[in-house]
Amino acid sequence: MKTQAFYIAFSLFAVLFTSCEQQNAVKKQRHDVQNSDLQKTISTTKMAYISGGEYMPFYGAIDSNEVYVAPFLMDERQVTNAEFLKFVTDNPQWRKSNVSRIHADTNYLKDWVSDLELPKNAKSDAPVTNISWFAAKAYAKSVGKRMPTLDEWEFVAMADTDTVNARDKKTYSSSIISLYMQKDRQYNSVKQSKPNAWNVYNMFDLVWEWTDDFNSILTVGDSRTGTNEDKNLFCAAGGSSATDVNNYAAYMRFAMRTSVKARYCISNLGFRCAKDTIIE
Amino acid sequence: MKMKNLILSASALSMMFALTSCSPKAEGNGTANAKNPLDMVTSGNAEVLEVTGAPHVPAPVGDRGPKKWIVNLETTEIIEEIEPGVKFTYWTFNNTVPGSFIRVRVGDEVELRLKNSANSVLPHNIDLHAVTGPGGGAEATTAAPGQEAVVSFKALNPGLYVYHCAAPPVPMHIGNGMYGLILVEPEGGLPKVDREYYIMQGDFYTKASETTAGLLEFDNDNAVAEQPDYVLFNGKKGALLGKNMIEAKVGETVRMYVGNGGPNLTSSFHVIGEIFDNVYLEGGSTVTHNVQTTMIPAGGAAIVEFKVDYPGEYVLVDHSLSRAFNKGAIGKLKVTGEANPIIHSKVK
Repeated sequence: MKTQAFYIAFSLFAVLFTSCEQQNAVKKQRHDVQNSDLQKTISTTKMAYISGGEYMPFYGAIDSNEVYVAPFLMDERQVTNAEFLKFVTDNPQWRKSNVSRIHADTNYLKDWVSDLELPKNAKSDAPVTNISWFAAKAYAKSVGKRMPTLDEWEFVAMADTDTVNARDKKTYSSSIISLYMQKDRQYNSVKQSKPNAWNVYNMFDLVWEWTDDFNSILTVGDSRTGTNEDKNLFCAAGGSSATDVNNYAAYMRFAMRTSVKARYCISNLGFRCAKDTIIE
Repeated sequence: MKMKNLILSASALSMMFALTSCSPKAEGNGTANAKNPLDMVTSGNAEVLEVTGAPHVPAPVGDRGPKKWIVNLETTEIIEEIEPGVKFTYWTFNNTVPGSFIRVRVGDEVELRLKNSANSVLPHNIDLHAVTGPGGGAEATTAAPGQEAVVSFKALNPGLYVYHCAAPPVPMHIGNGMYGLILVEPEGGLPKVDREYYIMQGDFYTKASETTAGLLEFDNDNAVAEQPDYVLFNGKKGALLGKNMIEAKVGETVRMYVGNGGPNLTSSFHVIGEIFDNVYLEGGSTVTHNVQTTMIPAGGAAIVEFKVDYPGEYVLVDHSLSRAFNKGAIGKLKVTGEANPIIHSKVK
C-alpha cells in the first residue's frame, strides 16, 4: 500500500518535472530564435567618443560616491524608423506579427501599417518608438554594438551645447523640462537641433531612451517614500536621495525608467547604441 | 378622545421611525452592528462608479450598504486656457482640474483603474489620502504612457480626502493640476442638504513656453520659491464666475466640499457675507459651528455647510487676499429669492 502511494507520487513528480523541463526548453528555444540567429548588419551611424570620467549619479550611488564612467563610444543620434525597418526585414523573428509576447507587449510597432511598412506619414529619419528593451538589445547586437548603461547615458546627459557638465547652470534643467512638457516630439527627424558638447544629438528633445540597465535603480513609482535598503530612492520628492533636488528633468527621466518593464513598447520611448572603446 | 388617539398613534409612529432610523443599516452587512469597517461585507457585483467633474458631485450614498466599485481614471496632459487668451499645459485626472470627484461610503471596496493616456509624455500614478497602504496607492499604480495600473482598496475611514499624482517630481505633477477629492461617507450617509458643490484650490507656477507662443508651462524656480502666478479655484480663472457661478435659493442649505491641492499654499477659505454653520474640520469627523474662515492645508480638505438666508452674490475667496484680488482665488455663489429686511438692509 505504502509503496503504491510512493510510486504514484513519484510518477506524478516525474511527469511534472518532465513537463517543466519541456516548457523551459521551449522557452529557451524561442529565446534563442529571437536573439542568437540575428542577421548582422554594419551600422553607419556616426559615434561620438566620450572620454569618460567621474560623475555623481542623480540617484543610486549607494554611498553617495562618484561613479567612474570609462571611455566609450555613443551613437550621435537614436536608431531611426528606416534603420529598424531594415532590422526587421533582415530578422523576421522581430517583425510585428512574429515577435513573442515575452519580448514585446501588444504595442510593439503598433502604428506600423504592416510587418514591413512604417506608420502612415512617419518620417524614415524619426527615431523608432514602440519598441521593447528586448528589441532594442537585439538591434544593438545585430549592428555589433550594445546599449549604453544608465550611467553612461546620464554622463553624456550632463552636457549642454557648450560644456560637458552643465548641471550647475541655472537654465540647464529648466530648458530640458520645457522640452519634456511638449507632446508628439517623437515624430520629428533626428539631428535637427544642435548637438551637445560631446557632439551627441537629441538627448532630450525627441524621445525617452532605453538604457541597458534601466531597471537597476529600483525606485518605486511613489516618489516620496523609501530608504536605501528598499532602494526606494525617492524620498520626500527626492530630498534625501537625489544629489540635486532641483534637477527636475532628471527626476522625470528616472520616473519614466521606474514605470517601464522590459517588454513594454511606448510611443515616446526609443533608443540609441553604444560601444566599448580602447583607452588611448 | 379621537384627538388623543391620533396624538398617541402619531407619537408611536414617530417613535418607531426614530427607532428604525437609529438602528444600523443592515443592508449587505454580515453582522448586526459592524463597527469595524473591515467587518463590513459588501454585497453584489462590482459596478462602475459614477464620478463627476467640479463643481458637481455624484449623488449621496444615502443608507445603502457597502458595495464593490470600479473607478476609472485616465491621466492626461492637455493644453487649455487658464484665463481667456492664455493657455497652460495641464496634467489631469479625467481631463479636468480638479480631477473627478469620487464618492463612496465606509466599507466600500474600490478597484481603481488608472489608465495613462497613450499620448502622455510622462508616467503618472495616484496617491489617495483615503487609502491605507504604501503610498496611498501610488506604489501600485505607476503607469507608463499607454499603460494601465490597478489598485484595490477598502474605504476604512470616513472623511473628505485629497488624491493626487505622486510621480516624481511630485510638486510639478500637482502644480500642473493632478489632484482631486474622494469623499468617504459614514454609514448612513451625511445629513441631507439642498445643494452640494465641489471646489478645489491650487497654486500655479508658470513661465512662457520656450517653443510655443502664448503657452504657459510649469516654472520650477517659482515653485521652489513658492511664488505662484495663479491661485485658483477649480483650475481656471473664472471657473466659478459669470455663467459658471454656483447657485442656491434663499432658505436652502448648501454644502461645499473644499479641497486644496497645493502644491504649496495653505488656504484661508472664506465666503464673504456668510458664516459657516458647520465645518467638518480638515474633512474629518469633528464638526465645529459658526466659523468665518477655515484653514485648508495643502493636501487637505474641509466640508463647510451653511443655510443661505438672503439673496445676492456671495464671494468665495482665499482670505489671504492678494491671492483673491491678484491671482484668481475668487468665485461666486449666487443666491436668489425673497429678501428679508430684518436679516439685512441698507439703511441710508
